[in-house]
Amino acid sequence: MIKVEWFYWLCGLLFVGVGALTATDRSNPKRYGSAAFWILLGGSFGYGTFVVNETAPPWPLGVAVLVMAALVGTRQLSRGTAGGPSEQQRKAGADRFGNRLFIPALVVPAVAVLFAAVLVKVRVGAEPLLETGSETLIGLGVAAIVAVAVGLVMLRPTAADGGLLTPMREGRRLLEAIGWAAVLPQMLATLGQLFTDAGVGTAVGTITHHILPHGSLLGGVVVYCLGMALFTIIMGNAFAAFPIMTAAIGWPVLIEQFHGNPAAVFAIGMLAGFCGTLCTPMAANFNLVPAALLEMRSKYGPIKAQIPTAVPLLLCNMALMYLFSFGVL
Amino acid sequence: MLVLIGVALVVVGFALRLNPLVVVTVAGIVTGLLGGLSPMKIVDAFGNGFAGSRSVTLFIIVLPVIGLIERFGLQEQARRLIAKLGVLTTGRLLTLYQLIRQVTAALGLNSIGGPAQAVRPLIYPMAEGAAARRYGSVPPTMAEKIKGYAASADTVGVFFGEDIFVAIGSILLITGFVDSTYGLKLDALHVALWAIPTAICAFVIHGARLLWLDRQLDRMARELAPKPSDEEAVQS
Repeated sequence: MIKVEWFYWLCGLLFVGVGALTATDRSNPKRYGSAAFWILLGGSFGYGTFVVNETAPPWPLGVAVLVMAALVGTRQLSRGTAGGPSEQQRKAGADRFGNRLFIPALVVPAVAVLFAAVLVKVRVGAEPLLETGSETLIGLGVAAIVAVAVGLVMLRPTAADGGLLTPMREGRRLLEAIGWAAVLPQMLATLGQLFTDAGVGTAVGTITHHILPHGSLLGGVVVYCLGMALFTIIMGNAFAAFPIMTAAIGWPVLIEQFHGNPAAVFAIGMLAGFCGTLCTPMAANFNLVPAALLEMRSKYGPIKAQIPTAVPLLLCNMALMYLFSFGVL
Repeated sequence: MLVLIGVALVVVGFALRLNPLVVVTVAGIVTGLLGGLSPMKIVDAFGNGFAGSRSVTLFIIVLPVIGLIERFGLQEQARRLIAKLGVLTTGRLLTLYQLIRQVTAALGLNSIGGPAQAVRPLIYPMAEGAAARRYGSVPPTMAEKIKGYAASADTVGVFFGEDIFVAIGSILLITGFVDSTYGLKLDALHVALWAIPTAICAFVIHGARLLWLDRQLDRMARELAPKPSDEEAVQS
């Protein structure tokens, strides 16, 4: 069986490799602090396997994570200035390879789709070929490997480009551009868990229950959808908001009291939460990481582009739920 | 209610534009302490949380191939390609991409797009190339706007497409939670079907805004272009 952990290890190796290159990069004013950050991150990916399997204690990983945050907080994470390919190099490459350059880029979705749609059903003996629940991630990992191989064969980078290490060097350039934002989504997942453990959800649920206008169907719909969106903005994740809001309003008011169609109420309620996801830096992997990847000046650029869609879409969700879930139409 | 201080810390930290990683770490520690967790338990929570959420960072694995082909001129080629497709303006291209992203996500093909494997190497350079063809050059403020919209086309597309696919996490969460908590027997297919009206609204609203982007860029290009009178002043 192909396991997703293999790809976490590959990812970890990539981080360690980036750290090793960073340690020798004299153009980086903070090369040792930066190298420590990437190597710690790489080590965490490998050690995480044992934490998930409960064969190693989680605290050393917790310490590593806090050290990474401290390195960022004390501005020890920086990037080299000896930057990527020159404009001449890129133009020369485009002249030489033309549209063939798209092939490695298209290999990624092609292989990923092959795994997600076809290989997901393949079984070897009694067990599935791909680890259940992680088929898409495995597909992405294999796709990345295949695409690198195709790219190396096709482009044949010279020793001046970096030879076989070119993908690692160029990947490092992109990773350095992302910087600390690469770790933020995982930190936010941790924060969400701490919020839940500490009872933030229950507190928000209680508040929501108090402001609910009793006996009004429209009021219930508005508070449920708005609550989903706002709570998602706080937690960064509609999945965390759904059980809380559904227990506070969705089930007792909209289903039990007003006899709504559960499939419609819950599906639209979740999508109201997604409107919140569009607006929040807490959903870092959707909102801040793309800004970092595109090397935007403002990390909040994607959110600014999304808020004017999120607001009317939230109103649409309220209208759809009100009109179609309760036999109003 | 005391635990909501952690939430307030996050809001204030982000509002003050402090480093988000530091804000989140501090908020996590404070929330844990207010919630009565021992320092040891908090460190454990960071370890467990980090190990359990490695999947969100796995996209990093495509960066080497993207970097490799960028070195050999992928973005340059994407710009050249779009220069030949005159009908595709920045807004139309992004609308088309959002449509493709939404439809493929609805079929469960989530990994077909994404900021790392599609927006950075292909979609943004093409969107910028289309603007360069139209306005001659793309000043930084205009590029920044196009980047934000390119990222948004991907995100809105995948969010409001994936929920139409039966076996996606959010649908399974809904049916799993509701069935186990309230003893219902919800059909995942019904839940997925009810995501379609919102998906249409999302396409109409965001698609219209993406098309409107062309007009905004037109205006920006006019405002950023040097005024004729200034030019004369410089010449004389």
